Amino acid sequence: MNPFTSLAATGLPLGLENVDTDQILPARFLSLKPEDGYADYCFRDLRFDADGKPVTGNPLTSGDYAGAPILVAGANFGCGSSREGAVYALQHFGFRAVIAESFGDIFYQNALVNGMLPIQANGETIRAILARLQENPGTSIHIDLETQTVRVDGSVTFGFVIDSFKKHCLLNGVDEIGFTLAFAADIERYETRVGI
Amino acid sequence: MQPTTLFDKLWSRHAVLEHPVAGTLLYIDRHLAHEGSRNAFSLLRRRGLKVRRPDLTTAIVDHYAPTTSRDLAHVEVASRRQIIADLATNAEEAGISLLDLAHPSQGIVHVIGPELGLTRPGMSIVCGDSHTATHGAMGALAFGIGASQVAHTLATQTLWQKKPKQMRITVKGRLRPNVTAKDMTLAVVARLGAAGGTGYAIEYAGPAVEALSVEGRLTLCNMTIEAGARFGLIAPDQTTFDYLRERAYDGDEASWQAQVGDWSTLRSDEDAAFDKEVEMDAASLKPMITWGTSPEDGIGVDGVIPDPATINDAARRNSKIAALEYMGLAAGTAIEDIRFDRVFIGSCTNGRIEDLRAAAATIAGRKAVIPAMVVPGSMAVKAQAEREGLDRIFTEAGFEWRLSGCSMCAGMNGDLGRTGERCASTSNRNFVGRQGAGVRTHLMNPAMAAAIAITGHPVDISEVRP
Repeated sequence: MNPFTSLAATGLPLGLENVDTDQILPARFLSLKPEDGYADYCFRDLRFDADGKPVTGNPLTSGDYAGAPILVAGANFGCGSSREGAVYALQHFGFRAVIAESFGDIFYQNALVNGMLPIQANGETIRAILARLQENPGTSIHIDLETQTVRVDGSVTFGFVIDSFKKHCLLNGVDEIGFTLAFAADIERYETRVGI
Repeated sequence: MQPTTLFDKLWSRHAVLEHPVAGTLLYIDRHLAHEGSRNAFSLLRRRGLKVRRPDLTTAIVDHYAPTTSRDLAHVEVASRRQIIADLATNAEEAGISLLDLAHPSQGIVHVIGPELGLTRPGMSIVCGDSHTATHGAMGALAFGIGASQVAHTLATQTLWQKKPKQMRITVKGRLRPNVTAKDMTLAVVARLGAAGGTGYAIEYAGPAVEALSVEGRLTLCNMTIEAGARFGLIAPDQTTFDYLRERAYDGDEASWQAQVGDWSTLRSDEDAAFDKEVEMDAASLKPMITWGTSPEDGIGVDGVIPDPATINDAARRNSKIAALEYMGLAAGTAIEDIRFDRVFIGSCTNGRIEDLRAAAATIAGRKAVIPAMVVPGSMAVKAQAEREGLDRIFTEAGFEWRLSGCSMCAGMNGDLGRTGERCASTSNRNFVGRQGAGVRTHLMNPAMAAAIAITGHPVDISEVRP
């Protein structure tokens, strides 16, 4: 896993509540291999209409936010299906962090193990960031994982909570499987004890 | 001794070790893998890792299973054909038993687990699918995971977890006739909201839950993730034991009794504390139907579409306005006045034999007025339905009788509606585009879906049934 330490970059004000992983990566693309790239499919049906024409009036298709690496969304972002492809799609599209009012549990875990930082902020903070980005699309957002803080130029500064183990893994690019294999003897002892 | 919950008991049984930073290393008794596990197997291959316990893993073709043929060659889209074939290759290489397309026990992973006795009380069970909480209905610790955690489970048979908060939902009283477990779960999701259970494990309890059959309990736990919670569970009882004994036990009486004795301890102690308690009254529940694009948008079938303009929070208001626009509905419209174009009966929520019986009982010799499809949750459910003659009731009414799989619930195998169509569905998600680009999905119970097939609109089932 690539480490995540800090990031100073522009943001995309998606807003919206209950953005499910079907929206992030529609089911029809799931049989394709992530190795071949998911960037084209990320938010496909929010970016293009049924005839394949770009949807206008949408931050995902607006030139103002093209290439912004930080996605800002409302409550319950990434709810629904456990598809990890949703995280790959966001990463392939260029997102490295998501700031949202809350996250779907499975999406949140999937993001962390892939080195994409999910940051939870309260509703008031989210509204302030969205407003700032809508007025000043080039605004820089400064994320520092070590101190668990976010500073939005000309707007809010806030702290965020992250599990200490997940933080350690992100900062150091620790791979969980490698970490767990060091406990193989404990796993064997458990198997013997319960007879499985 | 400190009183503990059912969840506490299941958790401590599976704790391999406690790490001061990483949390609890949980042992996984059963891993169910479907076609989507391909990314996880690729990850193992890249790292040169082996599957630690292939004997505790079962591979099943369900998400991409074609429902018109069991011949892989008949799958037209190459990438779908490939992902099904890759599951077989990965299972074979790792020595994992495989229920492929042609297997008589093939079915949706959350239907066949309990059906084959792969799911038992007291087990820890994972699957790379968010509806894995279904198995919690048998008193198991079951949760959905992503591809990286599937790889972690394959390589180590464990997962690092931090204990979630715990919620108990107690449903008192009795369900009224024609109100089902599906209506109960839609009411729970409406009550909590799509994120109301986030960070929690939910135990369902109370007389109305205990009165449910095992199949009803599976339906109830299935949609726990739609309220945001990864875990949903119900204490195993005589109903659970009888279900298992009948289907999946071939040992002697003494060891069965010993097992039941152990399973009987799997319940929350009288004084066990929960972080949150919710009470609901079963008698007040009505047949439910969703109107929007989140499973939280459920209301009684006798209701009217709510007006999102009255919502204070702007983000929420805009989401609900966008939902109504997508659904092609106006606030104030009576649910019974909505006209449908298509019906889907099936899925891991409502693809079991009791669901098909309820749907068939509603038809009563009438004909479908819109396209309707029945997809049994497993080939065993299909065979049972055919023994009971349900297939003939469906086909004589003009319904399509298909082979088992996830079908129009997951929208991955090609079974989809057409843009702009309104679909009555017994599945678990009404997300934008879930059943095809621009398809409008309404979630409901199987009898209601069947009633819509023969009338074209939602009705009071008691008026349709003979």
